[in-house]
Amino acid sequence: MSKQWPLWEVFIRSQHGLAHKHVGSLHASDAQMAINHARDVYTRRNEGVGIWVVKAADIASSSPGDKGPLFDPSNSKVYRHPTFFPMPEEVKNL
Amino acid sequence: MLDDKFEYLLRLGDTGLVLSQRLCEWVGKGPALEEDMALANTALDLIGQARMWLSYAGEVEGLGRDENTLAYRRDAHAYRNLLLVEQANGSYADTLARQYLFDSWHLLLLQTLTRSADERIAAIAEKAIKEVAYHLRRSRDLIVRLGDGSQESRRLIQDAFDELWMYTGELFATDAVDAVLDAQRIVADASQLREPWLAQLRETFAEATLTLPDPDAWMQTGGKQGRHSEHMGYLLAEMQFLQRAYPGAQW
Repeated sequence: MSKQWPLWEVFIRSQHGLAHKHVGSLHASDAQMAINHARDVYTRRNEGVGIWVVKAADIASSSPGDKGPLFDPSNSKVYRHPTFFPMPEEVKNL
Repeated sequence: MLDDKFEYLLRLGDTGLVLSQRLCEWVGKGPALEEDMALANTALDLIGQARMWLSYAGEVEGLGRDENTLAYRRDAHAYRNLLLVEQANGSYADTLARQYLFDSWHLLLLQTLTRSADERIAAIAEKAIKEVAYHLRRSRDLIVRLGDGSQESRRLIQDAFDELWMYTGELFATDAVDAVLDAQRIVADASQLREPWLAQLRETFAEATLTLPDPDAWMQTGGKQGRHSEHMGYLLAEMQFLQRAYPGAQW
């Protein structure tokens, strides 16, 4: 058994945003302790109204080496961006 | 009468201040970065509360002493904090046991103070109560983890409670100061908090698989009357050094 507590990734929902945003990581022995620690380490300056914690080991991530095959093909397909439609004047905030 | 209120405010303020000073001793030495910061947060909350109590105490006294003068220019015998909070940090288990015994009492006390006939006291209690609710949530959680943890953690936390137990009687002891303020409905009878406090502890200790020390054991008292343990002089020497060596120094 490792002597170190497992690593957790912390996501905070800020006062103004709807989405939780990744803010950093910390060590804790379980989820409850991770939330307490997140409160103490990452919300000291009134940053948030909600906390998510996820075990770092449980995050599945794309590999940086796959950047080309995954993302480059979309560069040449401008027609996927909805910028070719005439918008009526009356429609605001789009 | 004003003297009684002054005395009572000193007890509240000094207790927070001294515990805050103790917790600050952990800064940079905590068992994990996260715990280090959590203790520092608690210390900051307590010192914020102590400032409010001591400022008010200075106003009630009316001799022109402000929070800083009261904190940095009184000697040990003039301090009115509970004996519990001046006890040495010891191991992390000792620190957490002291914190849990204190937090569980502190929250109950503040809840009664929000109903004080003195509006200023009620307002300070109201402000402090959210902070203290979190302190208790945290310390209780850790007590259960240590008690219901490994054999070693269980032994350490049980020993810590057994050692500190004799300082808990003072939390509920009342004297003439309490009686006067109780009669004016400024404070509630502290001895009334004992049963709800013990009930909470029984629940926590059961969950933590710990043995609650004998509630009727012999108890130390004297902190609230200015009779302190040998720790107090050293603690104040460190805390007051700057203002003693350079009176009136400012940032």
